[in-house]
Amino acid sequence: MTSSTLKVTTPTDREIMMTRVFDAPRALVFEALTKPPLLKRWFLGPPGWTLAVCEIDLRVGGAYRYVWRGERGEMGMGGIFKEITAPERIVATEAFDQGWYPGNNAQVTQTLSEQGGKTTLTLRVMYESKDARDMVLKSPMESGVAASYDRLAEFLATQTGR
Amino acid sequence: MTPSTRLDVTFAALADPTRRAILARLASGEASVLELAEPFEMSQPAISKHLKVLERAGLISRGRDGQRRPCRIEAEPLAEATSWLEEYRKFWEGRFQRLDVLLDELKSEAKTLSLALRRLGP
Repeated sequence: MTSSTLKVTTPTDREIMMTRVFDAPRALVFEALTKPPLLKRWFLGPPGWTLAVCEIDLRVGGAYRYVWRGERGEMGMGGIFKEITAPERIVATEAFDQGWYPGNNAQVTQTLSEQGGKTTLTLRVMYESKDARDMVLKSPMESGVAASYDRLAEFLATQTGR
Repeated sequence: MTPSTRLDVTFAALADPTRRAILARLASGEASVLELAEPFEMSQPAISKHLKVLERAGLISRGRDGQRRPCRIEAEPLAEATSWLEEYRKFWEGRFQRLDVLLDELKSEAKTLSLALRRLGP
């Protein structure tokens, strides 16, 4: 399996779009994206962090909540489902407990399409402003997490070796 | 410009599809405003406006060749913007690789289960 199949693009100035192909049928990928015991096995944060809390009320108007825990503390995030068409489309809002980019509110659209037993996941995140989008882009979750805590520079140095 | 503001300007310049198409065209060699305007069905002033944004972002430079003033692509700011995308990509790719492993496990569990059920079957 190649490790460079993930494509990240900026289709508009408020969005980040990711596309990734998985060697599994769509129903299975949908399960892995929406069932807490499965999410806990892959939707992890920076190295060493676990997804300690994962609650999902998978219906329109239902809430979801994730809390990641690491040595330096924890980070929570959650939102409300706006649209669910299993197993092909989920639209939800997304906000962090401790906002770290302007607005701290985004809309996430996940689309799954299957072809020949393989599934393409498209993840589109729309931010309130271009500033918010750019900040997220420049500090992926690793630094977003650490920003809430002390010793950010130290942490980044150990993670990236810079 | 600080590296961060410079990056803002680069991203803003790249956010427009016409400007991305202009860059794609220039990646295969320099061209004049007239040559660039041709495939876009846009007026020359409209293209010039886009070129100004790209020039301000340092993504292109204009030659001094009299009236023609050919446009050239400048690789450095583009490479810088791409490296941010690359960092972001790496973080998510790490996650998705774990999802690959999980999906493989689920597929083999499903296979084992269906084999077991077949043995139990009539």
